[in-house]
Amino acid sequence: MEIKIRQDGEVAVAVVSGEIDSKTAGAAQAELLPLIEKSGKTVLDLKQVTFMSSAGLRMLLLLYRQATARDGRVALVGLSDEVRDTMSMTGFLKFFLVADTVEAGKSALA
Amino acid sequence: MEEKRIDFYPTHRHGEFKLRPGRPFPYGATLVPGGVNFSVMSRSATACTLVLFEKGENQPLAEIPFPDSFRIGNVWCMVVFDLDAEGIEYGYRMDGPFNPQSGHRFDRNVVLLDPCAKAISGRDVWGREPDWSRPFPHRGRLVFEDFDWEDDRPLELPLEDLVIYEMHVRGFTRHPSSGARHPGTFAAIREKIPYLKDLGVNCVELMPIYEFDEFENSRRHPETGQMLYNYWGYSTVGFFAPKTGFAATGRLGMQVDELKTLVKELHRQGLEVMLDVVFNHTAEGNEKGPTISFRGLDNQTYYMLTPEGYYYNFSGCGNTLNCNNPIVRNMVLDCLRYWASEYHIDGFRFDLAAILGRDPSGAPLPNPPLLESIAYDPILGKCKLIAEAWDAGGLYQVGSFPAYGRWAEWNGKYRDDLRKWLKGEPGLAAAVAQRVQGSPDLYGWNGRGPTASIDFITCHDGFTLYDLVAYDGKHNEANGEGNRDGSDDNNSWNCGCEGESADPDVNALRRRQIKNAWALLMLSHGVPMVLSGDEMGHTQRGNNNAYCQDSEISWIDWDRLEHNPDLHRFARAMTAFRHAHPVLRSRDHVRNQDFVGSGLADITWHGTQAWKPDWSGSSRALAWMLCGRHAKGGTVQDNTLYAAASTYWEPLDFELPRPPEGRAWHVAVNTGMPSPEDIFAPGQEPRLENQSRFLVGPRSVVVLIAK
Repeated sequence: MEIKIRQDGEVAVAVVSGEIDSKTAGAAQAELLPLIEKSGKTVLDLKQVTFMSSAGLRMLLLLYRQATARDGRVALVGLSDEVRDTMSMTGFLKFFLVADTVEAGKSALA
Repeated sequence: MEEKRIDFYPTHRHGEFKLRPGRPFPYGATLVPGGVNFSVMSRSATACTLVLFEKGENQPLAEIPFPDSFRIGNVWCMVVFDLDAEGIEYGYRMDGPFNPQSGHRFDRNVVLLDPCAKAISGRDVWGREPDWSRPFPHRGRLVFEDFDWEDDRPLELPLEDLVIYEMHVRGFTRHPSSGARHPGTFAAIREKIPYLKDLGVNCVELMPIYEFDEFENSRRHPETGQMLYNYWGYSTVGFFAPKTGFAATGRLGMQVDELKTLVKELHRQGLEVMLDVVFNHTAEGNEKGPTISFRGLDNQTYYMLTPEGYYYNFSGCGNTLNCNNPIVRNMVLDCLRYWASEYHIDGFRFDLAAILGRDPSGAPLPNPPLLESIAYDPILGKCKLIAEAWDAGGLYQVGSFPAYGRWAEWNGKYRDDLRKWLKGEPGLAAAVAQRVQGSPDLYGWNGRGPTASIDFITCHDGFTLYDLVAYDGKHNEANGEGNRDGSDDNNSWNCGCEGESADPDVNALRRRQIKNAWALLMLSHGVPMVLSGDEMGHTQRGNNNAYCQDSEISWIDWDRLEHNPDLHRFARAMTAFRHAHPVLRSRDHVRNQDFVGSGLADITWHGTQAWKPDWSGSSRALAWMLCGRHAKGGTVQDNTLYAAASTYWEPLDFELPRPPEGRAWHVAVNTGMPSPEDIFAPGQEPRLENQSRFLVGPRSVVVLIAK
């Protein structure tokens, strides 16, 4: 699992790649949480995420709640069909802004 | 950070594992800051070891004996820190005596499933052949209890307003014709919510969803080679865990979230969720069965045992859960509370509930503590409680189940009388009159009211509605038991030809009979329950005991909707008719008097002559009128309704009672007419030309509405 962060205007974009499971979710959270706490708007680009376990989904939900508590907003971008389907069936999807591309994610947050 | 405010740190070590004494409550495995609290009880065990596995591994990751100081009374409790909650499976080894005569069957060679495990792995994908050599097949898993319910809570719909739809989670959408993305799962039911709403049902009753083993007693049919499963699942492995193989996300360990998401969405769309729960026995069978959990944890506590230490078998399934032992009683209560609070379940239907009223030696109790505790429990205070008020040991309590003002019953008398009536047996008019007014003969004497009666003609057990009118006898050959299994007491009639028929007259009569059944059910006081698929003429090809059929026999074939659009249209409209008319949904039994000054009693009885019902032994005709001003005890206004039912094979001319002053009779329902003249939408009911007589066709039901 690897995370690259860039600032794109007023939006922070975090590009996550690799597997997010119980072994990596903690590290991902440690990197992403401070970003979300200081940025009002964040796009998480998950296009290169190859596997997401329930721990990964729970980490995303935690980020979302932290953002909401600070009046911030998070958009998810590049979800694979499988991740999207899993998120839908388990009720996680409805909490997020979801977009196909980073640009679309940014405009959704605008 | 928050967690630093509380001093919750390890105090002990076992190898690399950091520990501290746990808390006894709640039993089971619970996530706590930094670790997991494990708590398990046994009256007679002498020592306990926690066994941890990495998911799917054959060899344990660790075995951690509970230090002596971690035992409080008969409860072992321990916090283990820094566990990977997602990747761990767990169980217990119990030390203790093996002495069956005194009821003890401890065996420290077996790793036991936690009876309170909230998720269970081992059968993660339905029907995937397990590795039979795998030690410890059913393993506990840890569950996050962070589901966001938002504003959801159980709907608390009035019982009298429910229309219950009984379904098998897998069978409902497994057939390719369902079009579901993930056939046979909780997620697929969610896809079908618009269909259920459109049909008009407002409660789904799920056949067992507690973890069970579809491979229990699985076998191949001796002739066809077809795999036969424990498909229905009336055999619990773990009472606190949803069936993993029913979740599309079960292989990811997310079955809890998937089921909760289904419940939340059903609630959002106005449907309640009821669970069919099986507390009468477990999947461990008798002394020859596998030791999975209870037998090895505390055999003497959990099972009803003979003086010689064998298993009483009031369930017909090898063992009997010792429900009125105080410890087991608490487990059942904890379980129900867990499902009501954690899953927002609206109600429970208790399989073979008469067993729950037996004492530890099997004798029926006059005042069974378990049933009383459930009825008075605050967390269950608004849950629907429904008993299958009989058991396999001969205790039959329909009409006399200890109710404590709470319990309703599957009304087996309703089913039997309505079936006999429908097939045209004479002399049923008086009995059917009781049934359609909510069985006051059964539930009036002690003030339980019509909502004590769950009215049904079909359920998972027995023929489907289509098969009830297409088969005289059962055809269970596919079950591989030489057609010996299943009930012979079906009260069915094939309408002149056994099985599928090309005769248009036979088929027309069958359709009419199905509509008659649906109409009478929806007209009856009490709480109607329908079997999933009956609305589209689902057939099991005469199989009346599809418990082992994970096959096209039991799966709902959604193409039947296209083949039987008239049946579906009628079912939908008849259900809507019930919802539209509060006079059909009374909370109290009728009083046979006018208590609102309308000039009409709340109910009046008629026959082919108005005001003269024929209660004789040869009667095949019955009519009744419900005064709309008496709807819901006179608190709401409704139309006055007149219903006439005939099971005579010729048309019968019914003299009509006069409608209320200023109103005229309109035809709402006439099953004697072909679709779409068989039922009319509200406002479209044609006015009757002759207001004083109505020719009711052969074996038909007619409903008139005064407006």
